[in-house]
Amino acid sequence: MKRILLAIGAVAIGVTAVVAQDAIATRKQLMKENGKEAKIGSAMVKGEAPFDLAKAKAVFAAYADSAGKMGALFPADSKTGGETTAAPKIWEAKADFDAKMVKFGEEAKAAGAATKDLDSFKANFGTVMRNCGGCHETFRIKKS
Amino acid sequence: MLRRLALVLVALGVAGGFACWFLTEPQIVLADALGDYTADLANGATMFHAGGCAECHATPGSKDKTKLGGGLALKSPFGTFNVPNVSPDSKHGIGAWTEAQFVTAVMKGTSPSGVHLYPAFPYASYAHMRIEDVRDLFAYMRTLPPVESEVPPHALRFPFNIRRGIGLWKLLYLDERPFSPDLARSEAWNRGAYLVNGPVHCAECHSPRNLLGGIVESQRFAGGPNPEGRGWIPNISPKGIGDWSEKDLAYMLESGLTPEGDSVGGSMAAVVRNTAQLSPDDRMAIAVYIKSLPPLDGPHRKQH
Repeated sequence: MKRILLAIGAVAIGVTAVVAQDAIATRKQLMKENGKEAKIGSAMVKGEAPFDLAKAKAVFAAYADSAGKMGALFPADSKTGGETTAAPKIWEAKADFDAKMVKFGEEAKAAGAATKDLDSFKANFGTVMRNCGGCHETFRIKKS
Repeated sequence: MLRRLALVLVALGVAGGFACWFLTEPQIVLADALGDYTADLANGATMFHAGGCAECHATPGSKDKTKLGGGLALKSPFGTFNVPNVSPDSKHGIGAWTEAQFVTAVMKGTSPSGVHLYPAFPYASYAHMRIEDVRDLFAYMRTLPPVESEVPPHALRFPFNIRRGIGLWKLLYLDERPFSPDLARSEAWNRGAYLVNGPVHCAECHSPRNLLGGIVESQRFAGGPNPEGRGWIPNISPKGIGDWSEKDLAYMLESGLTPEGDSVGGSMAAVVRNTAQLSPDDRMAIAVYIKSLPPLDGPHRKQH
């Protein structure tokens, strides 16, 4: 009996570990996607790529979607491992962290609706992208 | 014979002590040396953003970055620096300071009471500023809201808690030569060189430091371990950002976004809040100068 309980315990620990690893991998992947979108947006703002309204709106749609998913990807058991650059501060100030994600999502949504041309895109892109630094300032520890 | 030798040694010791005391005397700028001046507040605001004053002195957590109530606890290998209130409040801030006292603090690292300030305040860079720019900055900072907040004193380890010792640090690491333009270079490069090495003080963080807290000159701008704790400060010589264009760099200073699509974080997020308020020409000038730096390898990094 004891042995069975132990086995179940071991499996359960194994499962949580896998879930935590998944959360880390998933959020890293999402951040990578965010980076790709940032490149698309930056290229249009810098004039290195022609302005495309559909692409511009897609950038904000991707951010609104990403912000919605992100909140659930920082469970308490995913503080370490998987070469995460998440700062412990996320869990110390979880309410602030979550509020920042919500704000990011809302601003991305509003920006998508308000973008009509290159000028409005530049202004909205600037506003939305300030959210990146706003979080990375306290909630990420870069190692490279 | 032995007694005479002892006497000579004592005399030498006393003389050395006097010499050391004399050499570590805090330097000041007298009001008479400044002369009449009409301050340019717009340039003062530019210097405020270039100098990144709010990065350390703004009241932590306050949305209004012109409230310079201080109180940020800056961790370092020497102990914790509690960033002072530099708002114009005459009791808690610097409202009672004269212009000469402000210039002295910013460019000589000496407080109005005549003691050395710690180089966590980057006067080693500010020392290269044009005196007019510092005077404009003073006039601008007088227009900001006074904040009534008391900041605790620094909590530093021995021997770093002995302020007179900073006089020795200054002898070793404080270069007070004013900025002199390189006429063979472009105007933008010279403006960038002035901004980067003076007010913007990039090298203060983006360089490794030795055990005494002095910048390792051979690796200036080559990054290093974060003195505040975890993480790494990036190499901004071409070895670190060689594949960035000048435009990429200027755009990062405006948007916080890197050419890889990442956003800068940590203390750099606060830096960008300031550089975003500089003129596009000034951001480009910084980029032109930074891109002209020699490629340097930073300190060796252990794999984590």
